[in-house]
Amino acid sequence: MSLAKAEVRRLFKRRVTRIFLAITLIGLAIFPVAFVFNSKPSTPEVRAAAEAEATRNFDQSVVQFQAMVAECEAAKARGETGLDDRYGPNCGADFGPQREWYTAEQFMPYEFNFRDEFPPSLAVLAAILAMVAFVIGASFVGAEWNSGGMMNLLLWRPRRIPVLLTKLGVLIGAMFGLTVVVGALWTAAFWAIGRYDGNLGKLTAGVWQSFALSGARGAALVLLAATLGFCLASIGRHTAMALGVGIGAIVISEIGLRILFELVRVQFGDRWILSTYLVAWFDKSLKITNWRACELATGPCTPPEYIVTWQQSSVLLGAALVLAVFGAVWSIRRRDVI
Amino acid sequence: MPAVLEISGLEKTYRSRRRGARKALDGFDMVVESGEVHGFLGPNGSGKTTTLRTLLGLITPNGGTMTLLGQRVPAALPHVARRVGAIVESPQFFPNFSARDTLSLLADAGGVNKQRVTEVLEQVGLRDRAKERVGTYSLGMKQRLAVASALLKQPDLLILDEPANGLDPGGIREMRTLMRGLAASGMTVVLSSHILGEVQLICDSVTIISRGRRVAYGPVADVLAQHAGAGVTVKLESADDLSAAAEVLIAAGARVTPEADRLVVSNVEKPAWVTRTLAEKGYFVSELAPVKVDLESVFLELTQTAPVAGQARQVDDSAVAAPAQGGWGV
Repeated sequence: MSLAKAEVRRLFKRRVTRIFLAITLIGLAIFPVAFVFNSKPSTPEVRAAAEAEATRNFDQSVVQFQAMVAECEAAKARGETGLDDRYGPNCGADFGPQREWYTAEQFMPYEFNFRDEFPPSLAVLAAILAMVAFVIGASFVGAEWNSGGMMNLLLWRPRRIPVLLTKLGVLIGAMFGLTVVVGALWTAAFWAIGRYDGNLGKLTAGVWQSFALSGARGAALVLLAATLGFCLASIGRHTAMALGVGIGAIVISEIGLRILFELVRVQFGDRWILSTYLVAWFDKSLKITNWRACELATGPCTPPEYIVTWQQSSVLLGAALVLAVFGAVWSIRRRDVI
Repeated sequence: MPAVLEISGLEKTYRSRRRGARKALDGFDMVVESGEVHGFLGPNGSGKTTTLRTLLGLITPNGGTMTLLGQRVPAALPHVARRVGAIVESPQFFPNFSARDTLSLLADAGGVNKQRVTEVLEQVGLRDRAKERVGTYSLGMKQRLAVASALLKQPDLLILDEPANGLDPGGIREMRTLMRGLAASGMTVVLSSHILGEVQLICDSVTIISRGRRVAYGPVADVLAQHAGAGVTVKLESADDLSAAAEVLIAAGARVTPEADRLVVSNVEKPAWVTRTLAEKGYFVSELAPVKVDLESVFLELTQTAPVAGQARQVDDSAVAAPAQGGWGV
């Protein structure tokens, strides 16, 4: 217990942790603030103003249309030719603006809808927290290895695997706590925006349950990222190892493979891309459409689809997790500390 | 006195795909008795740090046995670690933490009373700089912090690898006093150092290692006596007779090293033999004195690491105790 307590203190005393947390919290705060400034609730006054704006726009269009028709007829009277090409038959008099084209909705200010727009915001939150957790996790153990702190610790607690797993446990616990707290603040902030500056939408128990499940999937991604960062840095005994692998995976998977698949015209190439599985995990499934299969010039076509499910994602991500943890444990058990 | 530390036949081979195998420890033995200050000496790359790291569970040996405080390690290391304070090689700490934070975290991890942090900071002279970042410390200050971290647990056995490294002369003297004080309080101290004059002053006994093997051990006085070689320096009434006298002594079976104004004679049982042998041939001795040896000369002799003019010695160019086996490329 004393080791866990010391590691919690160490984690939050570290500059990387503090700076990243501060930047993350400030960065995340920008999102709800931006929504507060942009969202306006749909009050009767706002709707009436939008209605009036729609009518004004319609009236302006009618005036402009009538002037155009009059100009066309005057030109016709002067004997000009080719007017049908410019104005249409009968000087376009049959195609005047219709009132129903100008709805109040077109002139309503943006209104945040909590029910519809909160789930995508959870994905953004999870992605940001996962990146931060990866870096903090990598640095937490990588800097310790690199600075000799790990060796010092092992001189005090010469049980390598329990020491490593205690550090990992502390990291996971801290990142889980962070995710829960930030997630709760995030939810409260967007709920308040929906409630006071927008629209909550129809919030049933099922909707809240869906939010909770999305949040849980997001939290799992954050913890996975923290664990992967920690384990990779521990295997390489340096923070740079984890960051290198992370950046390498992004470059190879998201850029290199995409370009390669495009060049060799691989069918459903996205199913070999890492981010596909992350999105599928978060959204429960992801549909990949093979547009190349259709020759749209020859007529309608229904392109074949490939569904990546969250179950497939969980197998892939779970395998990565097991490999990383096993690798880190094996490495600390077998390799000399020199 | 019971042995606090015992190593027998310790072996360690580092293997690398590119460089092959290198035997760092080749059946190394070591014994440290309770309550003594024990010097652990050896040239660079001789296996000192590997020995200490192996003893402390950081390196897995390929063979041999080790006991610390009467218990077999590494198996019992978790039980004895609380009683062993150690610094291994250069002091390494997280640079952005203060000295107080560093020690406080170690105290937390080891379940040590926080009061000890203040005590050891005072003890090593870092009290007034305790809140500064370790990254801003000089090597000597980091060394003091390392010693503080080792003392934190109030250990029965203190293992210090080059504790005087980077210390100023005052710091070295303070370290010497500290070691003596700790030993007087009953703590056993194992001290690895290259400052042989200090070791000779501080230590009760020594172990000298070369290329992974023990080449000398025992009380400092005994090791010095064993390697004094019963040598004597001889001056004659007339310096012109030195070369002729040397020939006489060599012919009589002694080993003679001529110097500018004297002869250094070894391989003689009694100094009187020299006087008598020379007098019989008409050479009269004006001064006869035993050759004084110090730990440095013994160390250089045993490890064969004395500098030779015009030669750049490589780190692995040192002596081995027995016919060479292993070494680089084994």
